[in-house]
Amino acid sequence: MKLSINRHFMQRLGFTGITLMAVATVTPIIAVVIYILAQGLPAISTEFLTGFPHDGMRAGGILPAIVGTLYLTIGTAIFSVPLGIAAAIYLAEYASDTPLTRTIRIAIINLAGIPSVVYGLFGLGLFVLFLKFGTSIIAASLTLSIMTLPVIISTAEESLRSVPQGFRTVSISLGATRWQTIRRIVLKEALPGILTGVILGLERAAGETAPILFTGAAFFLPRLPNSPFDATMALPYHLFVISTQVPEMPIKIQYGTALVLLAFVLTMNLIATVIRSRARAKRQW
Amino acid sequence: MEKSLTWREFIITRLIQASGYSAILFVALIFFFLLREGLPALWEVKLSDLFAVRWYPIENHFGLLPLLTGSLIVTIGATLVAVPFGIGTAVYISEIAPRWMREILKPLVELLGGLPSVVLGFLGILLLSPFLRVFLDLPTGLTALAGSLLLGGIAVPTVVSVAEDALDAVPRAYREGAWALGATRWQTIWRVTLPAAKSGVLTAIMLGVGRAIGETMTVMMVTGNAPVLAIKLGSIFSPVRTMTATIAAEMGEVANGSTHYHVLFFIGMVLFLISLGVNIAASSVVFRAKKRAERILS
Repeated sequence: MKLSINRHFMQRLGFTGITLMAVATVTPIIAVVIYILAQGLPAISTEFLTGFPHDGMRAGGILPAIVGTLYLTIGTAIFSVPLGIAAAIYLAEYASDTPLTRTIRIAIINLAGIPSVVYGLFGLGLFVLFLKFGTSIIAASLTLSIMTLPVIISTAEESLRSVPQGFRTVSISLGATRWQTIRRIVLKEALPGILTGVILGLERAAGETAPILFTGAAFFLPRLPNSPFDATMALPYHLFVISTQVPEMPIKIQYGTALVLLAFVLTMNLIATVIRSRARAKRQW
Repeated sequence: MEKSLTWREFIITRLIQASGYSAILFVALIFFFLLREGLPALWEVKLSDLFAVRWYPIENHFGLLPLLTGSLIVTIGATLVAVPFGIGTAVYISEIAPRWMREILKPLVELLGGLPSVVLGFLGILLLSPFLRVFLDLPTGLTALAGSLLLGGIAVPTVVSVAEDALDAVPRAYREGAWALGATRWQTIWRVTLPAAKSGVLTAIMLGVGRAIGETMTVMMVTGNAPVLAIKLGSIFSPVRTMTATIAAEMGEVANGSTHYHVLFFIGMVLFLISLGVNIAASSVVFRAKKRAERILS
């Protein structure tokens, strides 16, 4: 009898401990978001969102950084989305289990694990210096694309694989070719899952600083970039600059910038979550 | 009509195939450029100088030991934070939490994974390090400890998601068997489910460590950036400088093709090889475990 009390006491103790750990993990996340929201909101104004920085960035707005991050995210999407989805189609629909396929998988796992600053070095070596793109939006976008690729490939592959085999069999038996089947049936069914992965990948790219440090980020730019071969300001790099490199920086502008960056990233996260849960609710199979 | 269709299909198939192979190409390209720009460091700087304890590039001192130990101490600290909290959270989500709680927790942990590291570094400078300075009575709060705590937080989502997948993959029959034998749910988790998911949990830890070694912006902002040898236990309370932070902080200021430039690429090469090792080890653990499971089940 004593033994059984002991066991159940242990369970209560253990469950409480684990629950507390989960709470301790999650609370700071909520706290960070709420804190930045509270501290940053007073800084947000039309002038802050649509103006240029002046007085050594200690006053004015952050428009060039917002636009720059938008450009970089779009640039990253242009390169990584078609390539990533095509690679996922290859892995899910065409590739058989050969040593070559296994090498591709190992390569993807490794791409996912390479430190972001090493991507920055690579971008500097290949795009900025070797291909002579210079410190530019295009060099930074290409660097971010390769970093984003493994996220897009693995989520897209997973969602292609979750489309039941019967869909393909029926389409092929009705006389469609393999590519027609993939384009009109499989891709259509897998689209929400692919979209979720794409947005989550781009979200990471939008928030990254290290890969763009030496490939495309500008410390300060008094105008908007006017070609893909221009350097650009970007929100994450700007936050880094004003929180470490500029003395006597007003704290309000720092929190305001952090809030805009966070809002950018969280909006993408939210869109991805909504697409995923909607697709799950609608799914017939 | 027929012919143009087959031609188009042929071209599209080839394009898709090429995209599939591109991942290999990119890994090879990255390695090639790191070697191309990093290897010259080996003949420009004597090997004994690379393994010295002084990193002071302006006077041509390129000792990597302070940076290696800096990365090591911050990563160990981050692992000590991320492993218990990550695995605890994974166990809670997969084994204990009611369904609605799970639906809330999973996106939240995912959100942590998506928080830009520069935002965490920013809060580290403004909140965490002043707190540590006062609380522990240190000369500065920008220490390896601050880096470890934040880095632990950054590694947690990786650990949680991989460990949770591993726990989910344990067949329900294992748990039911244990309950039928009279084990409590706690005993089942501790002695059946976790051991059965051991290899996946190990992978989770390794990937978390990999994530911590490679993190750049947060550590650069909060660890104080002092390239001193960090081998004493007390080093955790003093400023350090990691390999990643060194590259990020100094690459912008060096002349292309200089010795300093080559050494920074050399450090990048070392980081690349470490992440390669960690990831191959992690995926081979999963692979072996799968094979064993197939053997048992067949």
